Amino acid sequence: MKALYFAWVRERVGTAEEELDPPPTVKTVGDLIAWLRERGEGYALAFDKPAAVRAALDRVHARSGASIAGVKEVAFFPPMTGG
Amino acid sequence: MASVRVQREDFDPGAEAGALAHGRTDVGAVVSFIGYCRDEGGSLAALELEHYPGMAEEEVARAASEAEARWPLLGATVIHRYGRIAPGEQIVFVAVAAAHRGAAFAAAEMLMDYLKTRAPFWKRAIRSDGAVEGWIESKQEDDRSAARWSAAAD
Repeated sequence: MKALYFAWVRERVGTAEEELDPPPTVKTVGDLIAWLRERGEGYALAFDKPAAVRAALDRVHARSGASIAGVKEVAFFPPMTGG
Repeated sequence: MASVRVQREDFDPGAEAGALAHGRTDVGAVVSFIGYCRDEGGSLAALELEHYPGMAEEEVARAASEAEARWPLLGATVIHRYGRIAPGEQIVFVAVAAAHRGAAFAAAEMLMDYLKTRAPFWKRAIRSDGAVEGWIESKQEDDRSAARWSAAAD
C-alpha cells in the first residue's frame, strides 16, 4: 500500500510518500503504527505518542482499531489546524 | 450541490456570496464567513498551509453533505487556500444559501467547525526574521466547538 505523511509526521519520518509492505500480522492502523515505529529513528520519533497522530485510510479518517485489509492508501498526520 | 475548492489563489468573497443567490428567487438568506491570516504578536511573516490533496476536497464535501442533510440549504460554497499566506490575507471562505437565515447561519458555523477539526490542512508559522516557528497546535476549543454538532444530532 501507499503511505503518505504530512506536516511534522512527514518531517520526522523523512519522506512524504513511500510503498509499504507490512507482514500479514499487521491488521489494523494501530498494528501498522507499531510496525512503523520499528523501522528507524525518524519513525520512532514520529509515532512516539501514537495518540498524537491521526490516520486516514483511502482518504477517510480512521481510528486505531480500523482494519487495513484491502486499503490502497494510508496517511498519517497531526491533528488538523486548517480553517 | 456544494461547490468545494482547494486552491493556492486568492478569492473574491463578494462575488462568491453573490453567485449563490444570483438569478434565483427562492434564496432568502446567504451567510458568509471569511477567515484571515492573523498576526497576534507582530512577528509573523506568513503562514505556510500544507494539505492532503484529494482528501481535503473530499472531507470538505462530506461536511457539506452532512450540512445539506441537516438543513434545507439552497447552495453552499467552500474555498480553502494552501501555500504561503501573509497576515491580512484571506485563508478560508464559507457561504451558505437557504430560504431562511437560521439554517444558513447554523450550516455556515457547522461547516467552519468541521473544516477546522476534520479537513486535512496544517498551518506552520514563519516568523519575520525568516525562522520557521513550527507547526501550529490544534486547539481543544475547536474540538469542543465541532463536537456540539454531533452531540446535538443524538
